[in-house]
Amino acid sequence: MDAGKFRAIVLRTGGTNCDLETKIALEEMGVKTEIVHMNKIESKSLLDYHLIVFPGGFSYGDYVRAGAVWGKRVFTRLREQLEKFIDEGRLMLGICNGFQVLVEAGVLPGDGIGETPLVALATNSSAKYECRWVWLRVENNRTPFTLAMEKGEVLKIPIGHAEGRFLTDEKTLEKLKEGSQIVFKYVLPNGEDANGLYPYNPNGSLYDIAGICNRNGNIMGMMPHPERAFFGWQLPEWGEAPPERGDGRKVFESVIEYLENNIS
Amino acid sequence: MKIRAEVRLKPGHFDPEGDVTAKSLRELGFPVDAVKVGKVYVLDVKVNSKEEALRLTEEMCRKLLANPVKDDYTIEVLNT
Repeated sequence: MDAGKFRAIVLRTGGTNCDLETKIALEEMGVKTEIVHMNKIESKSLLDYHLIVFPGGFSYGDYVRAGAVWGKRVFTRLREQLEKFIDEGRLMLGICNGFQVLVEAGVLPGDGIGETPLVALATNSSAKYECRWVWLRVENNRTPFTLAMEKGEVLKIPIGHAEGRFLTDEKTLEKLKEGSQIVFKYVLPNGEDANGLYPYNPNGSLYDIAGICNRNGNIMGMMPHPERAFFGWQLPEWGEAPPERGDGRKVFESVIEYLENNIS
Repeated sequence: MKIRAEVRLKPGHFDPEGDVTAKSLRELGFPVDAVKVGKVYVLDVKVNSKEEALRLTEEMCRKLLANPVKDDYTIEVLNT
């Protein structure tokens, strides 16, 4: 595998706190990865990269709504480059706060950059910060982020958020279903539907939605943190007989597989 | 010109923060059925007319302060 030819940029701003873990995961896969602060972003050309990651954290202190300030800022300042990046089918991944950013910027679930969001990630039903391992079912394994998975496969990946309750109107939900844009759903450990049952659906998300993509599939956002389930020693079983790797690694493996098949 | 924009959950949307607040108030002995929590933004806007202030604040709510999927908002001018 020669992933060294692929380049990723992990963006950060005040309050971002998962940038390093995300970089470590990507570099472990062989992807040349840079962490770039929003204040330095103008010195970079985003089109030099194959993948942009918006990592987890609490950008701008979650003021207004989680992800709202960063979402508006980054997509106003870099609109032209980001539009080109998206149109060319390059990859964009939002994890946790990064998912909130893509939703608030109107990038997910739409195509292109919308003025107003079509979905929301609202305060968890429990009114608590939920930090726990959850089980996800792969609903669509034809995206660049899920190629290395089986459809229906169950992954164990942790979440850590206070605002993750996926909300939208009926029309948008139908469109998401029709377009196979629902990528991950929260499920019971045996893979059966959670149907909103807490804590398997940890936040009260509509239709148990944990992650979605745009119509093209080149942009994905998810509340769970794949970079926190990457190495075997990150898993709860680490003390006994630690597995070699965590399920989150499959997101990164998928990205590599996609790039290898699509970028010469 | 000072403008007050209030952003709150649309009717019918579950408000976990309001729910917890209501429970806590009931524990203190207050006869509270329900609480809805919102956010108030007091903006100092450079404009010449009330109409312009309202129009701009409306746009601010649409573009940043509210998420139309779940939020309603009301706007009023505080002084002129």
